[in-house]
Amino acid sequence: METQPLTLKILNVISAILLAIASCLVFFYAPMELVMGQVQRIFYFHVANAWVGMLGFMVAAVAGIAYLRTHNMKWDIVEQAAVEISLVFFITTIVTGSIWAYPAWGTWWTWDPRLTTAAILEMIYIAYLLLRQGIEDPDRRARFGAVYTLIGGLSVPITFLSIRLFRTIHPALIGTASAASQGGFDMTPRMLQTFLFGLLTFSVIFVTLLWHRIRLGRLAEKVEQMKLEVMR
Amino acid sequence: MKRNPSPVTRHPSLVTRRSSPGSFLRAVAAITWKDLAAELRSRELLSSMLVFALLVILIFNFALELDVKTRSTVTAGVLWVTFAFAGTLGLNRSMAVEKDRGCLDGLLLAPVDRSAIYFGKAISNLAFMFIVEAIVLPVYSVLYNTNLFNLGLIGVILLGSVGYVAVGTLLASMAVQTRTRDVLLPILLFPVVIPVMIAAVKASSGFLQGVAASELMTWINLLIVYDVVFVAVAFMVFDYVVEE
Repeated sequence: METQPLTLKILNVISAILLAIASCLVFFYAPMELVMGQVQRIFYFHVANAWVGMLGFMVAAVAGIAYLRTHNMKWDIVEQAAVEISLVFFITTIVTGSIWAYPAWGTWWTWDPRLTTAAILEMIYIAYLLLRQGIEDPDRRARFGAVYTLIGGLSVPITFLSIRLFRTIHPALIGTASAASQGGFDMTPRMLQTFLFGLLTFSVIFVTLLWHRIRLGRLAEKVEQMKLEVMR
Repeated sequence: MKRNPSPVTRHPSLVTRRSSPGSFLRAVAAITWKDLAAELRSRELLSSMLVFALLVILIFNFALELDVKTRSTVTAGVLWVTFAFAGTLGLNRSMAVEKDRGCLDGLLLAPVDRSAIYFGKAISNLAFMFIVEAIVLPVYSVLYNTNLFNLGLIGVILLGSVGYVAVGTLLASMAVQTRTRDVLLPILLFPVVIPVMIAAVKASSGFLQGVAASELMTWINLLIVYDVVFVAVAFMVFDYVVEE
């Protein structure tokens, strides 16, 4: 059993420390927001999670293309790791978003472009995992996974655009005009620092988790190979 | 089984290794012809798609209050949900038949470009969808006393079906090779095909409510962009999906 490399062990510790510091910053350092009060503090982690989730999706799409070109299994492992982790980050995003939404907008959910696209993205991740589950041949699994991340990756921007158009032409939605959702948030320096620190924290956590998941994938592949040898 | 052998199936270019555009088109035509001919004989695909589509419309009658007022706003959505579900059925059956009877292996052994297989299947799937749509439209018109014979609507249905079938054929080829098969196709297809649904419903609704075509250009352009992008991607990537 190969043990965790030293860098990974250090990363584990760093991630934990960063998360602790980020939490402290969020609760004690960042100022109280005028309009929404304490609930607004979720924003620091919510947006960081969302960006990291999108990053994971891009990593998956790139790994997919890399696999199709090189047929090297390591890209398949990276792709699956990226999708699984992004799934979790996005679920966190959606849940924290809902927690924020209820006091801020009076509803747990709304069908505005970003939320709808987030939901669709989650469905694509889950569909990807279901697709992989149904295939036994590892090469075919890798190929299909890569093709699906490619198709999904292309459709998501188009989906976001079309939902945006859908909503702008029928502007009859109540309560979706949250400043943060339009990206035009005015942040004081302290808020900005907390926000950026949160982003850094979650990026580091992403890399750590990705590395762990890739290790897991490689170990699983080794087990598969050993199984095949024993059966011969 | 010799019926009137069409010139397409007898043409020698199908058995020689040539990659000229002529032979490519002939291969595509041959595959489409095979599907259409087989379907004309058994009619199993069309009948199941059609019956399913009509049943969905029936269910909508109870699920939604399709009284005269709401009908005008909701017709486009009902139509497209019907087409999406019936389309899934058609796509599944069309690829399952290939897989089960070993036809896919036969096609892969043939000296034609893999993408010819994709286009052949896609065009035949598209033809089946068009036939179902051509029947559903008059039936819906009669059942709900709405005039659906609108050129704009028909254009949108054409464009939307192309996008749907382009991605659907690719994903169906994948789904049919997994353990879960039929069940997996809607799960894979629907999240990816949402732009088509949005644009098609918006444009259809617009045309049905008498909106001028110039105002609906955003949606029509979106449909065209989606169609072009995904037909291109699907046929480039099809090779990876069917190789053994």
